Amino acid sequence: MSVSIDSPAAVLTRSFWRHKTEQILVACAGPLTGFVLLLLVWQAISLQINDIPGPGPTFEAAATLFKHPFYNNGPNDLGIGWNILASLERVTMGFLLAAAVGIPMGFAIGRYAALNAITSPLISLLRPVSPLAWLPLGLLLFQAANPAAVWTIFICSIWPIIINTADGVKHVPQDYLNVARVLNLSEWKVFRRILLPAVLPYLLTGIRLSIGTAWLVIVAAEMLTGGTGIGFWLWDEWNNLNVAHILIAIFIIGIVGLTLDLALLALGRRYSHSEN
Amino acid sequence: MEKFVSIEYVGQTFTSRKGAFVALQDINLSIHQGEFISLIGHSGCGKSTLLNLIAGITRPTVGVLLCAGKEISGPGPDRAVVFQNHSLLPWLTCFHNVYLAVESVFSATEPVNQLKERTIAALNLVGLGHAEQKFPKEISGGMKQRVGIARALAIEPKVLLMDEPFGALDSLTRAHLQDELLHIVAATRTTTVMVTHDVDEAVLLSDRIVMLSNGPAATIGEILEVPLARPRHRVALANHPDYLARRAAVVNFLHQRHRNPNAATVNPPADTDLTLDHLSTEDA
Repeated sequence: MSVSIDSPAAVLTRSFWRHKTEQILVACAGPLTGFVLLLLVWQAISLQINDIPGPGPTFEAAATLFKHPFYNNGPNDLGIGWNILASLERVTMGFLLAAAVGIPMGFAIGRYAALNAITSPLISLLRPVSPLAWLPLGLLLFQAANPAAVWTIFICSIWPIIINTADGVKHVPQDYLNVARVLNLSEWKVFRRILLPAVLPYLLTGIRLSIGTAWLVIVAAEMLTGGTGIGFWLWDEWNNLNVAHILIAIFIIGIVGLTLDLALLALGRRYSHSEN
Repeated sequence: MEKFVSIEYVGQTFTSRKGAFVALQDINLSIHQGEFISLIGHSGCGKSTLLNLIAGITRPTVGVLLCAGKEISGPGPDRAVVFQNHSLLPWLTCFHNVYLAVESVFSATEPVNQLKERTIAALNLVGLGHAEQKFPKEISGGMKQRVGIARALAIEPKVLLMDEPFGALDSLTRAHLQDELLHIVAATRTTTVMVTHDVDEAVLLSDRIVMLSNGPAATIGEILEVPLARPRHRVALANHPDYLARRAAVVNFLHQRHRNPNAATVNPPADTDLTLDHLSTEDA
């Protein structure tokens, strides 16, 4: 035969890819439109207000900035990479301390009603306090900026962890605990086989909330304490009146926060369990 | 036959914000070894409460419960429970759900490979050897309930307690599991107490049917002997006069003498009751 005819499989593959491409285009259309609108509004504002650089100059500044993210010209002139890492390190430290204290506390509060009665009014009272209000106390206690910032992160991270863990323990279905009682499981077995897996999704929600708050708070705390970190860098650039860098800092903070949130969301999905 | 489970003058009162609520009153019942007992009654009559008392999950306000001569002071593996909603742990496979139970009872006296053998044997008993590595969400409702039964039987309980074990299943699956339960109980000779609201289920499976009056302050209204020969076969019994007579007695108790307090006031003629295909206490 002289006319070439595609095999059905080839046709199917082609239509599969066409379908796939369409799906991706449809999924990207919304976000893409959003970003284009943002750039337009930004450009319009920069044309009106001379002090604010438009998207073009800002991207140029970002390109220069990220050419050498890890330079080190002494403690007051560090690359942007070092500043981001410094902030992340504080968040990690504060969060780990909060988890080490908060998770056992959450389990205990959820399991023992008496402990819940004692602690819940205190938690209700202290939770709405802005974490930055604890910063002076941290400075007083630790006599140094860095531990004070970690202390502030610790305080703001601990509430969601305690509250969600305790809530998870309270929501462990009574049926599962009845199973444990009928089988005479040891307290350790109950914890390992029933409480921990049942509470894990709640706990991961608590962790996600606490790291989200911690990332909000660290920027503000570093503005006050100075030294290193993305918050300090932002404030430093304000003192230098480098508005392009301030805008870049805002994007960096947003991107890092979003990445953390998405990573924890994926982790939460991995450990969630459904009955059906 | 000796008394194996003994319930003496048991009453249960719940205290709520609205005041005291007497759920059960003056319950007296003796259960023999190897006997199959059904507890039947309308919703809210306290049949599950009574089962929880035997399980030891709740403690009676008055009276005592004995099992094998000892007072029931709390839950224990000698009285295994099959829960209404199966209560399998969703993060464990079928194998590990059963193994958790086996391990808790036999790990002090038996090596690990023997524990595994017991687990496999229990799953094979309910015909689920092939599904041992599946998670509960990957199997059907009927299979979940069979795993629940396997978990209960694997620990070789003195008494098997079942709280409406087939209530959530479709009628074909339910019939299938009832037949399997007949085989299992015949093979293991386990003393069984089952809560049900299904008249056919009660008559087919039981040696005696304990009928509870309506709450509050529910008590045993009547105990019906079901002296039908075993092994019993659903199809052969369907039109058997002895079977129909027992069934009629239960229906009469539930729908004439102790009508569902929550049901509409329309009163069907007595003879139409028996012509309904499927009777349950929920649809009076």
